[in-house]
This record gives sequence, structure tokens and C-alpha cells, in this order.
Amino acid sequence: MDFLKDPINFIANWLGTLLSGWGLSEPLIAVVLALLGVLVIVLIVLAIAILLVWIERKVVARFQDRLGPNRAGPFGLFQPFADIIKLIIKESILPEGAEWLVYNLAPVLTMATVLMIWAVIPFTPTVLGSDVNVGVLYIVALGSIGTLAIIMAGWASNNKYALLGAFRTVAQMVSYEVPLVITLLIPVLLSHSMGINHIVEAQEVWFFVLSPLGALLFLIASVAEIGRSPFDLLEAESEIVAGFHIEYTGMRFGLFYASELLHALTISTIAATLFLGGWRGPGVETWPILGVIYLAGKSFLLYFVVMWVRYSLPRIRIDHMLNFNWKFLTPLALTILIVTAILEKVMTGASLAVRSLVHLSGNVVIVIVTIQILRTYARIERQRFDDSRPLAVAAEPPVTTT
Amino acid sequence: MTTTQMIFLATALLTLVAAIMVVSTRKLVHAALWLILALFGVAITFVLLEAGFFAVIQVVVYIGAIAILMIFAIMLTRREVRDVSPQTNRSWWLAAVITVLFFTGIVFMLSSWEGFSVNQPVAGVGVDTIDKLGQALVSPHAYVLPFEVASVLLLAAMIGAIYAAREKK
Repeated sequence: MDFLKDPINFIANWLGTLLSGWGLSEPLIAVVLALLGVLVIVLIVLAIAILLVWIERKVVARFQDRLGPNRAGPFGLFQPFADIIKLIIKESILPEGAEWLVYNLAPVLTMATVLMIWAVIPFTPTVLGSDVNVGVLYIVALGSIGTLAIIMAGWASNNKYALLGAFRTVAQMVSYEVPLVITLLIPVLLSHSMGINHIVEAQEVWFFVLSPLGALLFLIASVAEIGRSPFDLLEAESEIVAGFHIEYTGMRFGLFYASELLHALTISTIAATLFLGGWRGPGVETWPILGVIYLAGKSFLLYFVVMWVRYSLPRIRIDHMLNFNWKFLTPLALTILIVTAILEKVMTGASLAVRSLVHLSGNVVIVIVTIQILRTYARIERQRFDDSRPLAVAAEPPVTTT
Repeated sequence: MTTTQMIFLATALLTLVAAIMVVSTRKLVHAALWLILALFGVAITFVLLEAGFFAVIQVVVYIGAIAILMIFAIMLTRREVRDVSPQTNRSWWLAAVITVLFFTGIVFMLSSWEGFSVNQPVAGVGVDTIDKLGQALVSPHAYVLPFEVASVLLLAAMIGAIYAAREKK
């Protein structure tokens, strides 16, 4: 009975008593259990990454009216394994003039930063890697190390396209970090805590209901932060070949590829945790293990949305990308944050229903005002475009005299 | 020796080696990468002091912002930024003597300070230090004035940067 409710803690307790029966000291048992926990989470996440390759290829195929992998195994399920075998047996090339250590460290660091995020994500009310009280900031910090890894890859490859990709990465990631961090503060404000498990526990009503605009901006900013289409300027094939990972071959490239897919799932999971209630769902109080299923369901729903956006929209131009961030996302995110903060302070002690309703209507007002401003701006732009049209009219033909 | 002490010694060693490499390596990008390692070592030291907030802020601000801007600036220059001139000059022994004297002085001062041998009072279990820090930053009885002054200063720097970077019409 106990095992069914919360198998992971049950196994951990059982292992703990077993180890202390063998005469191990208390701190050593803690270290062993922690290491085992890390190993299990990393292995599960990496196994999911293998599955993601298949999902990604299958879904993109359906979006493009194709069948996708369908030869290896049922529904092409064994395709990722064939891919992996291919990647492993390929030659690993070190380009001339590349820095050996930095070049090889970059893919490892990229993968590590993605995997490390999973340490603070609560899977069920009782199963989470580490309940640090700065969980939200921890995610931001790992994001900045991820940027560093891409710069290292771009610089160490000794290739101008790789370097251009790294430049674009810095411009994009540093810019989009601003709205990302601001929108991350909204759940923090609403739950009065930076610990991720606290944020989940505070979501009796999902924060998506309280701040749908904040959730949307968070998703946009994080898609840009991981450099997925339509923000895939860092690896734009038609412009800079492959960007920062142009020189990487074999499994080193595989690490970049896997960490990109995994990063997309990770941001979906973070968004699901912060805005869609994480492990919350019916019956989770008595059966904590259900939380994993709820979290996975919400994460994959968001992952599907991210894929949907990826394969529906064309790549955004680089100046548009920067303008969109600095002139639209950042001011809007700041507005939402200020409005949320004021409303939250005003309604101290109000009931949950009132609070949710006021926050929601605050968001609706912001949306209406934003759309009005955008409409006015578009009209002015159109006006300017129309006014300048006479410039394109050809000069009148010279009058011929007889 | 406890586990924490072992981790501390390893971290301290790593930080110091990285810091020495920052000033002794000849390639500019390598110096920046070593600097990042040194800053990361400091972040680990913050974790060991149970100051998780400072550790994370250290990574976000120093590695995420400052170090990345430095690397960016270096990458915009020539690729092979190499220092070929000698790294020391004639009076290096004088600098060494002064450094050793100062270090001995600091060690001597600290060893005679009574706080050095007293155990730090442990914060009670369940005390949220971030909560306390946040309240102290905006409390008129604590740090609201320095906090606001720093904010205004940063704002001024930001406006200045925008003004300097703007195209002249």
C-alpha cells in the first residue's frame, strides 16, 4: 500500500535501512542515496531525450504532411537507436586551430546545464531533488552558464560561421534573459516564495489563470532563450550554415542535438511547474505518485505547443528579433510585473476567488491596452509607408517636340 | 576532517589556482575562462557558507553578465590575442616582499581577533534568510537608502550607455 502511494521514497527508505544495517554511517548513507537519486533522474531524463528524437521527427512529419520515420520498428520507434549508433561510429574531428579543451568542454557543459535544471523540479509532492529556497534564480543561473557553453563552442571551433553564431547567441540570449527573468518573478510574487515546490503548493488556482499573459510571455522568452525556431538565428542554416555547432561531428554534435531537444522539454516542464500547477491534480494528496503523470502530461502538452510554433512560423529577422524583445516584450513584462505587484499588495487577505478574478481582469485590461497601442502604431507605420510611395513613381517621359 | 572541510579545501585550491592562471596565462580568452572558474569557486564557497542566494547571484551577475560581456569584447578583437612581452619586470621581488608582509600582517591581525575562535551563532531551522534580506533591503531601519542610491546609480549608468550608443541625428 505504502509502496504504491509513494514508491520512490519507499525505496529510498528501504535502501537507507538496508545500508545502515550494513553498518554505514548516517552521512555516508545520505551521500549514497543522493548520488543514486541524481543517477536515476539523469538516466530517466536522458532516456526521455531518446524518445524526444522520435517524437520530434514524427510530429514535424505530420506538420509537413509526411509520414516520418516508419521503417525501423513499430511506427519507426527504433529510429533514434539507429541515429545514435550512426552518431557514435562517426569520426570525431578536431578542426585545425581549435582549442582542444574548450572545444570538447562545450558540448558537455551544454548538456550538464540542461540536466542540472531537473535537480529543482518537483515531480510529486514528496519527490524532488533539492528544495532550495532560490530555485527560480537557480534556473536563471544555469541559463547563463548555458550561454557560456555556446560561446565556448563558437570560439573554440576556429570557424567564422561558428563565431558568428556565437555572437548572435550572446545578443539573443542576453536580451531575452531580461523578459524571461521579469516574467519568472510573477509566480514568485503570486506565491510569496522563490522555492519551486512552494510555488507549486501555492497554486490552488493555476497561475496560468491568474496571469495568462505572464505565462505566454514566459513561454515566448524561453523559446527564444533556447534558440528554437522562430528564434533559431544562432544556427540559421540559410545564413550561417549551422552556427556554433558547425564543426562538431559524431557524438559531440549528438550532445548538442540532444540537449537542444531536452532544453525544449525542460522549459516546457518549468512553464508547467510555474504556471500550470506542476504535479497538482485530482487525488494527488493521497496518491503522490500521480503527480509525475500530471506533470508529464502538462509538460508534453506545452512541448507540443513549442513544436507547433517551431514548425509553423518562419525565422524572424535579426533586427526584428531585437526590436521585438526590447520594444515589446520587455516593457510589457515590466507592466505586468508592476500591475501584479500592486494588485497583490492591495488584495492582502482577500479570498482566493476575488484574488484570481482581480488578477485575471488586470491581465485582460493590459491585453486590451496593448492591442490598442499596437493598432495605433501599425496605423502610423502604414500611413508612413503610404506617404512615401510617390518616391517610387517613375519620372514622366520627356515631352517630345516636333 | 569533515566532508564540508574537504570540499572547502578543494574549492579553495581550485579558486586560487584559477585566479593565478587568470594573471599568468598569455591568451586573453583563456584568462577570461579561468576567471569564470575562479568566480564559480567563489560561488561554491558561498554555498558552503549556506548562503545559497549569494551563490546564485554570484553566478548570474558575474558569470552570466560580466564574464560573458568580457569574452564577447575579447572575441570581437583579433582571434589570437596573445601577450608576448615578459610578464614581470625588475622590481618583482619588491612586490613579492610587500605581498608577503601584508599577508602575514592580515593573518596576525585575524589570529588575535577574538571572533576568529568563536563559533558562529547558527540561524534557527526554518528561518528564511532571503525573506529577512528582502525585508532589510526595503526597511527604513536597515538598507533602504543604500539600496535606492545603488538603483539610481545603475539607472543613470544605463541612461548614459544608451545616450552614448545612440546614433547622432
